[in-house]
Amino acid sequence: MSEKVLMKGNEAIAEAAILAGCRHYFGYPITPQTEIAAYMAKKMPKIGGCFLQAESEIAAINMVYGVAGAGKRVMTSSSSPGISLKSEGLSYLAGSDLPALVVNVQRGGPGLGGIQPSQSDYFQATKGGGHGDYKMIVLAPSSVQEMASLTVKGFDLADKYRMTAMILADGTTGQMMEPVNLSEVEVQHYDKPWAVTGTKMQREHNIVNSLFLEPEELEKNNFARFERYKTIEENEVMVEEYLMDDAELCVVAFGIAARVSKNAINEARKKGIKVGLIRPITLWPFPKKALLAAAEHVKQFISVELNMGQMVEDIELATRCKRPVTLCNRVGGMIPSPAQVLAAIEEADKGGQA
Amino acid sequence: MMNQILIAGFGGQGVLFAGKFLANKGLIEDKQVSWLPSYGPEMRGGTANCSVIVGDEPVGSPIVNEPNTLVAMNLPSLKKYENAVVPGGLILVDSSLIAAKVERDDVRVCYVPATELAKNAGFSTLANMILMGKLLKESEDMSFENTEDALKKVIPARKMNLLDVNLQALKTGYEYAE
Repeated sequence: MSEKVLMKGNEAIAEAAILAGCRHYFGYPITPQTEIAAYMAKKMPKIGGCFLQAESEIAAINMVYGVAGAGKRVMTSSSSPGISLKSEGLSYLAGSDLPALVVNVQRGGPGLGGIQPSQSDYFQATKGGGHGDYKMIVLAPSSVQEMASLTVKGFDLADKYRMTAMILADGTTGQMMEPVNLSEVEVQHYDKPWAVTGTKMQREHNIVNSLFLEPEELEKNNFARFERYKTIEENEVMVEEYLMDDAELCVVAFGIAARVSKNAINEARKKGIKVGLIRPITLWPFPKKALLAAAEHVKQFISVELNMGQMVEDIELATRCKRPVTLCNRVGGMIPSPAQVLAAIEEADKGGQA
Repeated sequence: MMNQILIAGFGGQGVLFAGKFLANKGLIEDKQVSWLPSYGPEMRGGTANCSVIVGDEPVGSPIVNEPNTLVAMNLPSLKKYENAVVPGGLILVDSSLIAAKVERDDVRVCYVPATELAKNAGFSTLANMILMGKLLKESEDMSFENTEDALKKVIPARKMNLLDVNLQALKTGYEYAE
């Protein structure tokens, strides 16, 4: 079926997960992502899957750990405060090298914050969140189609590298409806010889564990994990470049902020301002090369975010501070308007650092 | 042409449903569309609104900040968004519920007593679709085509018996002359 259907972003994630072979979902309701759980509750029993509303976020992430250890595709979803609760489990998944998909449909924070869209969990997602040295693959969809395609991609990458992939979305992309085509889903299959599936007395025990009391062994595991991370940074970066060829200014934005920025960039282009967009699709691995290359020909970067500028330092690091990076933002559940972004672009064009 | 539509009213007036209808109609007509609801505390008993974009180019931001078309189903919504409408834009007002007049003179305004028309026709909950009918009539890039197919996509299967009254409501609005 190649027909496009209108779906909410949250529903697209849920349907794509099922198409990707996920048959285990554990969650706890929280706005603005509850449609994911509702969709799973409706669908999973009909296809022999398991939907379970856990007693808490902490319980849900540990159920994910269990299924991941058994080698099955598994996911959980939540919104910002709920992800904080899951963070201990995220660290354990990393320490045990288990693949899982975790969705964060962000809302304003800190604390209970609000229920309107936000991107203020950027640090939490890209720098770890839980304790210990670890990374997650972080995917930032900016359309409902990408909510679906990156969910499938997330499962594949998680299996390929034995780690957690996170969909870092926001309330707007979760709640909005757009046409989506789910017929293009191609699912990769990865063998999981490490999974705890019963030995049938025919092989050695597999052990899934994050406790290593011998420091030499723990160090070895950390080093090995970061070797894998290096491979991911080499091979798995996803980025969209928009009107960058002749750009003298570069907007950097992901998710909903990138959508708003495109409107502003189109307006600025009409006024003759040479501005383009670099949209990280993977926030980790971060598109360092694209940014560094852009620093050769743009005079300024403008980071458009729904937070206090968490991505700014990643842009500065990626570009080795060769060019100034300014911030155009709204927080607390507010979204910058195209007019606000356009004003920041015009200010930068005049030479001032907005 | 990108038609940026904002539909606003109280929770329960069918604001989101009306928006879904427009978005699905656009999809059937091979247009680029997006639909974004307000999902805040307002949907739990206050004002509700929804942004719908229908056009020929890819949709950038799905948030309608400056509508070409505003459908106001209560006074707070009219007051809140009247000045956001682009000059030359269109404002549809449910004049059964809103006694006030639009104060601007650089926009086109249609006063439709939608709630009263709906009540008189025996489908009192379909003022929203009467306004959608008028919107189809007054928007240059829209028509009455594909309305039934679009309705079939948005009315849940178990409520498909309401297809006819929804069509009637759309027609009532489409044919209404002030």
